[in-house]
Amino acid sequence: SRRNTAKLKQGQWRAPESVRLPQSVMYQESLRVTGFEEKKILFYHPNEVEKNEKIRNVGLCEAIVQFTRTFSPTKPAKSLHTQKNRQFFHEPEENFWMVMVVRNPIIEKHKDGKPVYEYQEEELLDKVYSSVLQQCYSMYKLFNGTFLKAMEDGGVKVLKERLEKFFHRYLQTLHLQSCDLLDVFCGISFFPLDKMTYLKIQSFINRMEESLNIVKYTAFLYNDQLIWSGLEQDDMRILYKYLTTSLFPRHMEPELAGRDSPIRAEMPGNLQHYGRFLTGPLNLNDPEAKCRFPKIFVNTDDTYEELHLIVYKAMSAAVCFMIDASIPPTLEFCRKLDSIVGPQLTMLASDICEQYNINKRISGAEKEPQFKFIYFNHMNLAEKSTIHMRKTPSVSLASVHPDLMKILGDINSDFSRVDEDEEIIVKAMSDYWVVGKKSDQRELYVILNQKNANLIEVNGKDWFLLPLNTVTKNTF
Amino acid sequence: PDVFAVRSGGATGVVVKGLEDRNPISFRMEDKGEVKCIKFSLGNKILAVQRTLKSVDFLNFIPDSPQLEYTQECKTKNANILGFCWTSSTEIVFITDQGIEFYQVLPEKRSLKLLKNQSINVNWYMYCPESSVILLSTTVLGNVLQPFYFKSGTMSKLSKFEIELPAAPKSSKLSLSERDIAMATIYGQLYVLYLRHHSRTSNSTGAEVVLYQLPREGSCKKTHILKLNRTGKFALNVVDNLVVVHHQDTETSVIFDIKLKGEFDGSTTIHQFVLPPRSIQPYQIPVADSSSWIVFQPDIIISASEGYLWSLQVKLEPVVNLLLDKGKLMDFLLQRKECKMVILSVCSQMLSEPERGSLSVIATVFDKLNHEYKKYLEAEQSYTMVVEAGLSRSNPLLKRPVRTQAVIDQSDMYTHVLSVFTEKKEAPHKFTIAVLMEYIRSLNQFQIAVQHYLYELVIKTLVQHNLFYMLHQFLQYHVLSDSKPLACLLLSLESIYPPAHQLSLDMLKRLSTANDEIVEVLLSKHQVLAALRFIRGIGGHDSISARKFLDAAKQAEDDMLFYTIFRFFEQRNQRLRGNPSFTPGEHCEEHVTFFKQVFGEQALMKPTTF
Repeated sequence: SRRNTAKLKQGQWRAPESVRLPQSVMYQESLRVTGFEEKKILFYHPNEVEKNEKIRNVGLCEAIVQFTRTFSPTKPAKSLHTQKNRQFFHEPEENFWMVMVVRNPIIEKHKDGKPVYEYQEEELLDKVYSSVLQQCYSMYKLFNGTFLKAMEDGGVKVLKERLEKFFHRYLQTLHLQSCDLLDVFCGISFFPLDKMTYLKIQSFINRMEESLNIVKYTAFLYNDQLIWSGLEQDDMRILYKYLTTSLFPRHMEPELAGRDSPIRAEMPGNLQHYGRFLTGPLNLNDPEAKCRFPKIFVNTDDTYEELHLIVYKAMSAAVCFMIDASIPPTLEFCRKLDSIVGPQLTMLASDICEQYNINKRISGAEKEPQFKFIYFNHMNLAEKSTIHMRKTPSVSLASVHPDLMKILGDINSDFSRVDEDEEIIVKAMSDYWVVGKKSDQRELYVILNQKNANLIEVNGKDWFLLPLNTVTKNTF
Repeated sequence: PDVFAVRSGGATGVVVKGLEDRNPISFRMEDKGEVKCIKFSLGNKILAVQRTLKSVDFLNFIPDSPQLEYTQECKTKNANILGFCWTSSTEIVFITDQGIEFYQVLPEKRSLKLLKNQSINVNWYMYCPESSVILLSTTVLGNVLQPFYFKSGTMSKLSKFEIELPAAPKSSKLSLSERDIAMATIYGQLYVLYLRHHSRTSNSTGAEVVLYQLPREGSCKKTHILKLNRTGKFALNVVDNLVVVHHQDTETSVIFDIKLKGEFDGSTTIHQFVLPPRSIQPYQIPVADSSSWIVFQPDIIISASEGYLWSLQVKLEPVVNLLLDKGKLMDFLLQRKECKMVILSVCSQMLSEPERGSLSVIATVFDKLNHEYKKYLEAEQSYTMVVEAGLSRSNPLLKRPVRTQAVIDQSDMYTHVLSVFTEKKEAPHKFTIAVLMEYIRSLNQFQIAVQHYLYELVIKTLVQHNLFYMLHQFLQYHVLSDSKPLACLLLSLESIYPPAHQLSLDMLKRLSTANDEIVEVLLSKHQVLAALRFIRGIGGHDSISARKFLDAAKQAEDDMLFYTIFRFFEQRNQRLRGNPSFTPGEHCEEHVTFFKQVFGEQALMKPTTF
C-alpha cells in the first residue's frame, strides 16, 4: 500500500498507552556495500536490540522502499501496515531514511475464560505518526543542521554522534500516546492583539535590533503564543514547537512554581524589571557566568545560517534574539541586553496584558460554548483548539473522547486527498455531531453535543465564524 | 514702519519710505520750526507733526478735504507733550508728563474732540501699535508701569504693575530706562520685556530678559526669564515669536523661544538660549559699525550713521546644524512660520547617511509632526461639524482653522521624504521597513487614518526584498488596513506569493462592500462553486448572471462542474419563473447546446407541472 489512508470506522478504543515507539531507525542508502551491513545504520533505538536483528529490520525497510519505488519513483512507500505494527518511512534528505515503528493498540478479549489479545490494525492514523516522524527530523535539523552537513563536518562518525546525542533525549520527550490531529498540523498559535499594541511591539523589536546590532532575527511571543517572527515560516514552526513544548515548560514563571519573585536587588541606577534569560547566563552578576546559548540552524535549503538562540522573558512576554553563530555573545553583551531589553519588555508585557484584558471585556465574557473546535489555516499555520487542555507543562491532551478525535483524523485524511473545498458531517455516538469543513486553505473541525440536533441545524451554520469571533476579530 | 526724511523743516520736502513700498510718499509743508515728531495716521489719512512741547499740528491727506493745517494744544495746564500715537485712522493719544489725552480727529472740521483723559505723572511712554497698548512709566523710580488699551473710541486702564529692579536704588531718581523695556506680541500674547542688567550685588551670572505677560484682563504676571549669561550693552527684537537679543560687545545675537521647555521654578520659567550665539547677517549691504544701531519693535534695526533700515528675519536652514537634539529641533521648527521645507529636509537627512538618526529619534520626530498634524485635523473636524450643524451663524467667532506650515501631512511625508528614501535603497532594508512601520505606528497612535499610498510603499518594499512572511504577518494583525485597492494589490502578488490570494479574499470579505469583486476573483480562478456558494451566502444568487457562471464552468473543463452549475440555474429558473429553461435574454443558448451534447437532451430538467 503506497499510501494508506485510514477509513472511517467505528471501533472500540483501547487505552492509548499501548501505542509505543519500539523502534526508530535511521540509515543511509548510499553506504550500501554488498549485502546488508551494520555500517549503514546511523542510529537505532532501542540500542539493545541484537546486531543481526537491526541489520535485518533495516534491510526489510530498505527493500520495501526500493520495491515500491519501482511503481512510483517519486513517491515511494510512506507507511507499512502489519498486524502488530505500523512502520513509517521518511526520506528527509536524499538517501537518508528515517523509519519509525509504532505498535498497534491491543484489545484484551476473553474467549473461553482466557484473555485474548487482538491488534487494532485500523486504529492508528497514518498522517499523525508520519507527521511526528517528520517533526523529529525538523527538530534535529533545527539544533544540528542537516545530515549532509554533519557528514561534511566529520563523516559518519560525527553524524552518528550527533544523532545519538540528540535523539537519545528527544525520543523520550515524544508523547506518542497523546498525538492527534494537532500533530498533523504542527501549527502556530497566534496571540490575538489590537493593531496599536502590535505596532508598539514592532517598534520595540526594531529598536532592539538596532541597539543590539548583531541581532539577525527576532521572534516575539506572549502567553506561549506567537506575535512576531523574523524567521521564515517553516523555521518558526519548529522553533515554536521547541519553545512551547520544551523550553517554556522548563522555565515556568517562578511565581507559579511557588518560588520567589524574580525582582532582583538591582544595582543602583538600574531600572527595576522582570527580565531574565531562559537560555544563556543564569546570573549576570557572576563574573564567571557562562554565556552559552543553544545553536540553531535555519534556512538550510538556502543560505544555511547558524545562529545563537537567546531567549529572554519578562512576565508573559518572551523574545527570541538570534545572532550569527560566528559572534559569540559575551557576558558584557548579555548585561547590555538585560539592561536595554529588560525594562522595556517589562513595560510592554504589562501593556499587552492590559490591552488583552480590555479586548476580552469588550468581546464579552467567554461563555461555556456548546461546541468545541480545532481550526487550522495551512497558509499561515495558524492553529486554534478549544478541544485541547494543558494537562502537564509539555503535553496538552484532548478533552473529548478519543473516538471523536479519531473521527476528526479520518475527516482530515479525506480532506488531504482532494484539493476541492469540502464539508463532511458525521453523526457520532450519544448525540455528538462532528462537522469538518475545508475552505481554500482552511480546515475546521467542530464537535457539537446538542440534544436532538438534526442535520439541517448542523448544516445551516457558518462554522467558520466560530474561530474568528473568539476573543478578537483577528482572522488567522 | 515708515521713515520720514524732513528737509528744512519740510519746506524743501518730506519723503516717507516704508519697508515694502516701492513708491515713497513725498510732499512739502511749511517750515514752522524744528519737527520733533511726525507720524501718519493709519492708512496715511492724516499727518500729525509735533513742533513744540505744547501742541501738535495736523494736515489732512484725504482727497477733497480741507488742506490747511490745524493745531491742537494739550488740555492739561503746564504740561509738556512727550509725544503722541495714532490708535486708528482718526484717533490720537497725546502723552504728556502729567497724563494722557485721547482725541478724535475731525478732518472735515479741522478740529479735535477730546474723548477721554487721565492724570498721571509720566516719566516716559511706549506704544505697541500691534496691540494698541500704551505703557506709561510712573513714580519717582519709574518702575511702576501703567498700561492703557485703546479700541474704537474707548480707552481702558489695565492694571498697573511694578518691575523688580535688580538692586534697591540708592537715591530716589529714575531707575528704569525706556531703553530697557520693550513690548511685543509673542505667540498671540502681549508681553513687556525688561532687560535686567547684571548687578554686582546679586549672584546672577549675567544680564537677563524678564518677560511680563500683559493680559487684557487681570493682572500682569512675570512668566519667563531669559538668561543671557553675559554682560554689556544689549538690544532686542521679536521676530517669528522668537526673542532675539543682540549683544553689542561681541556683535552676536542669541535666540530664545518661550515655547520650548525651560526650568520651571513654580512661577516663572527660566530659559537658556536655543542656539549658540551667532552674528546676524546683513542683507546685501556690508555693515561697518553697529554702535549707532537703533532697534525698534518688533523687528526693525536702523543704522543711523549709515542710513539703513533693516527688518530682521530668521533663517531656519542653519539652525538644523546648530541644534543637534532632533526632538528639540522639531519643537523649535514647528513653531516657525516658514518651517515646512526645512522640517522635511531634516526628516530626509535623518534617514540617510552620514547623519542617520536612531529609530527612537526618528520615532520622536514622527510623533511631534503627527501631534501637530492631528491638532489641525481635529480643529478642522470640529469646525466642519459646527458648520454642518448650522451653528456657524450663532457663533460669529468661529473661524476655519488656519493650516500653518507646521502641519505636515502624509502626502508631504510621502512625496518629500518616504518615497525618495525607499527609492534610494542605500539603507539596509530592515531599516527602511522599520522607518515606514514607525511612521505608521505614529499615525495610529494619534488616530490618524493611514493613506493607501503608505501601505503600498510598505508592500512594495517588502516584496522587493522577498519578505512575504513579514507582509503576511502585518496583514494578519491588520497593520495594513483593509481596502479595495489593497486587496487588488495583494491579488496581483498571487503569482509570486500564492497565499496572497487568501489574504486578498479575506480582506474583500471583511470589507463587505466588495461582493462583486469576490465573485470575479473566484471565477477567474475557476472556483465556480466557491463563487456560487459565496453569492448564495449573501443572498445574491437570484440576480446573478447565469451566463457568467456557465462560461467559467465551461472554461474549467470539468464536465461534472458544468453539470452542477447548469442544474443550479435550471432550478433557479424553475423557482423564479416556473420553468427550468433559460430565457433568450440570458444568452445561454450556447451552453444549452453544450449541455445537450455532453449529457444528452433527456438530461435537461423537465418543467414541473402542478
